[in-house]
Amino acid sequence: MNGLIGKKIGMTSVFDGTGKRVACTVVEAGPCVVTQVKNEESDGYYSLQLGYGEAKEKNTSNPMLGHFSNAKTTPKRKLAEFRDFDIDKQLGDRITVEEVFAEGDVVNVIGTSKGKGFQGVVKRHGFGGVGQATHGQHNRQRAPGSIGAASYPSKVVKGMKMAGRTGGKRVKTINLSVVKVFADKNLILIKGAIPGPKGSFVIVEK
Amino acid sequence: MSDAINYVHEQMSKQIDFPDFKAGDNIAISYKIIEGSKERIQQFKGDVIKIKGEGGSKTFTVRKMSNGVGVERIFPLNSPNIDGIKVLKRGKVRRSKLYYLRDLVGKKARIKERKFIKK
Repeated sequence: MNGLIGKKIGMTSVFDGTGKRVACTVVEAGPCVVTQVKNEESDGYYSLQLGYGEAKEKNTSNPMLGHFSNAKTTPKRKLAEFRDFDIDKQLGDRITVEEVFAEGDVVNVIGTSKGKGFQGVVKRHGFGGVGQATHGQHNRQRAPGSIGAASYPSKVVKGMKMAGRTGGKRVKTINLSVVKVFADKNLILIKGAIPGPKGSFVIVEK
Repeated sequence: MSDAINYVHEQMSKQIDFPDFKAGDNIAISYKIIEGSKERIQQFKGDVIKIKGEGGSKTFTVRKMSNGVGVERIFPLNSPNIDGIKVLKRGKVRRSKLYYLRDLVGKKARIKERKFIKK
């Protein structure tokens, strides 16, 4: 997979050639800086580590400052590694959006989903709830129902779907198509929704 | 809306040169309809009761009475299927969303025309 690190800007809609309205996400992808080149001899595989987003020097640890100064670049907030880059890049080179993506590409987008806090099973796992308000039901409309049998196995099996912290997890949305690439503003327009709030870091891979 | 999204709208939407209209105006929209391989233009005449949204996702709602039944249609302003818009009458109304028209029938559902006095 190769790709770029970016930032989710927000959603909008555009019209395609047939006059259909298509919901799209605007992503600022790159420009990224090559912060490390891994190769067969020293690391056993080839990959490029890219950096994106400016970080303050005082918020960057000394080892990382050394890492960035090796690439002759300013400290970056987000780093990610991509294998399978077929473009020839050296340490410290910039990679821009038009070098990686083109119109019609199929991409996957990785981000951190919006945190929802502690949620019940209806929202968290899509349970149906009990379903009836009458016929003797009381206070049970969004309840999970039974979580297992009684004296055998006399425990709740591991992985039982229950209420708990929801969202805020790494999510990958796959098979989204690139509607348009705006090279001069480093933007790409991706069909469909992607994980996370506006302004969050995302990884767009191809 | 962020600058980046506005930029996307500028690049992606066609230039619209429709006359300016407001809620309360009586307009006629020529709308392209594609039937198989044939394309024809249909007119929809009615009063604008709502203009909503901004940028490339701006829409407007047109209401008309058809055989005694109220018909509302929502058009995206940037839709490539809109062939043209003609303003037939300028209405005199005191609000931007004319939902009250839905409850009125007959003579009460009329909108007063805004008159322009020539000097």
